[in-house]
Amino acid sequence: MNKELIDLDRVGMTYEAASGPVEALADISLKVGRGEFVSLVGPSGCGKSTLLRIVAGLRPATCGTVQVNGRKVMRPIPDIGMVFQAPILLKWRSILDNVLLPAELAGKDPRAFRKRAQELIEMTGLGGFAEKLPRELSGGMQQRAALCRALLLDPPLLLMDEPFGALDAMTRDDMALELLRIWGETGSAQVPRKTVLFVTHSIAEAVFLSDRVVVMTARPGRIAADMPIDLPRPRTVEARAAEAFGRLSLEIFRTLTGRTVGGVTSS
Amino acid sequence: MCLNVRLRMIKFQSLLRQYWPTVALFAALLGLWQLAVSAGGIREYLLPAPLSVWNALWYGDIAWGQHLWATTFEIVGAFVMAAVVGVALGVAIAWSPLVANALVPFLVFVNTLPKVAIAPLLLIWMGYGLFPNMLMGSLIGFFPVVINTAVGLSQVEADMLDLGRVFSAPKWKIFLKIRIPNALPYILSALKITATAAVVGAIVGEFAASQRGLGYVIVTTQSSMNTSVAFAALVWISAVGLLLYGAVVLLAHLWAPWAEGID
Ligand SMILES: Nc1ncnc2c1ncn2[C@@H]1O[C@H](COP(=O)(O)OP(=O)(O)OP(=O)(O)O)[C@@H](O)[C@H]1O
Ligand SMILES: [Mg+2]
Repeated sequence: MNKELIDLDRVGMTYEAASGPVEALADISLKVGRGEFVSLVGPSGCGKSTLLRIVAGLRPATCGTVQVNGRKVMRPIPDIGMVFQAPILLKWRSILDNVLLPAELAGKDPRAFRKRAQELIEMTGLGGFAEKLPRELSGGMQQRAALCRALLLDPPLLLMDEPFGALDAMTRDDMALELLRIWGETGSAQVPRKTVLFVTHSIAEAVFLSDRVVVMTARPGRIAADMPIDLPRPRTVEARAAEAFGRLSLEIFRTLTGRTVGGVTSS
Repeated sequence: MCLNVRLRMIKFQSLLRQYWPTVALFAALLGLWQLAVSAGGIREYLLPAPLSVWNALWYGDIAWGQHLWATTFEIVGAFVMAAVVGVALGVAIAWSPLVANALVPFLVFVNTLPKVAIAPLLLIWMGYGLFPNMLMGSLIGFFPVVINTAVGLSQVEADMLDLGRVFSAPKWKIFLKIRIPNALPYILSALKITATAAVVGAIVGEFAASQRGLGYVIVTTQSSMNTSVAFAALVWISAVGLLLYGAVVLLAHLWAPWAEGID
């Protein structure tokens, strides 16, 4: 079996917009191993969402090759959980029914997943809102509902586009810890870790969660750095105070902004 | 007192405040009308007084029940036919580009025809009866349903469709779970137009040729000069029309509560 789950080789993406072509990604080569937690950080508009869509098979890359599970991606790939940047809840369905949607769309009996859905809803702090319509929830709550939906079928690969972007700092930390648990941080040999490709604007979040942080440059997005995060697991909130945590964060910050701290431009 | 109870009372009071001018105007007009006719000496066959219209509503000589039933039957039939055919055509158009290319120009052409002018033809082809009038009503009313259904089915956020693709849902399932619920508010708002159109169509049909129905009653009063009966028939027609319209509004309330206040 192929060790890499995701294998991007010199992937480029140019959108044909009405106003002319927009080069969103250029020369992206990236491998993500099974069970790895990889975060993508980069300036707004650098093509992070585009990259996730390409991996999911929702949109074809305009050059390069994309392989998932050893197979070339030609169409939407099966067995993934995807959190889009916007919650995209169906406004006519209750939160519970929204969370159950993947089961229905995949032709599974939604009744078999009710218990799981309820657990996820409780876990994300939405207990008591299961029967509400999306418009009755705040943006951050809708985002958590979308997270539950992505997790319902327990997919081995998660593609997440700023899933905690609309949350307050404290809820954000809670959700990060829950995500690590679901990913399988303390998991056993029988339950292999999931593979996660995670987009975020928070450097601290990326360092806290990931095995590797991939830093992208502004448009067209290229890979500026690929940094292993060798902090011990399981990670705790306290671990953020560690010296290594700060050092890694700073390094990512520098790569991202091209600045040395203190505002002096690096040459 | 709880806040929500107080809010409800405030809501009732504001309804009252909002609608009392309507009610007052209506009452004043009725009063003026009555006064003008009885004091001003306007002849009854030109303009009957409200009270004579009220009496005519329950007039023994006219078998109101029978006419009311015939017209209601036509209107409801026309409405249901327009709704079913309209939704079916809309779904077909949204489902297949081939069907859309074939059908849309043809439907636009049919829609530009003055349907009222077809009424005599329907008489030649189908003779007297309730069905041709029903057909007239649905002919006038089906087009907005087709258009709104097709539009509602296609105007789905691209992200929502991607959501369906992520879970490898087949096309029919995306229709059933995403496109059709998305189109529901559009369809319901078209059905409000159809409810009115069905009334017009049924009455036009009865004008052209019929032996029963409220439209027929109005035509007969032309020769008998029994104007108050014509007015009474009008009142009955609008009662049926309003009821049907109210039913659609209620349906929208029940089936698409998330779209409240959209139209
Ligand atoms: N459908 C599209 N058509 C044309 N251009 C697009 C389309 N989607 C994205 N782009 C362009 O591609 C570039 C990358 O967009 P993308 O959404 O992937 O950025 P992003 O890194 O996710 O940004 P953000 O952090 O703000 O979400 C942007 O410049 C955007 O204008
Ligand atoms: Mg994005």
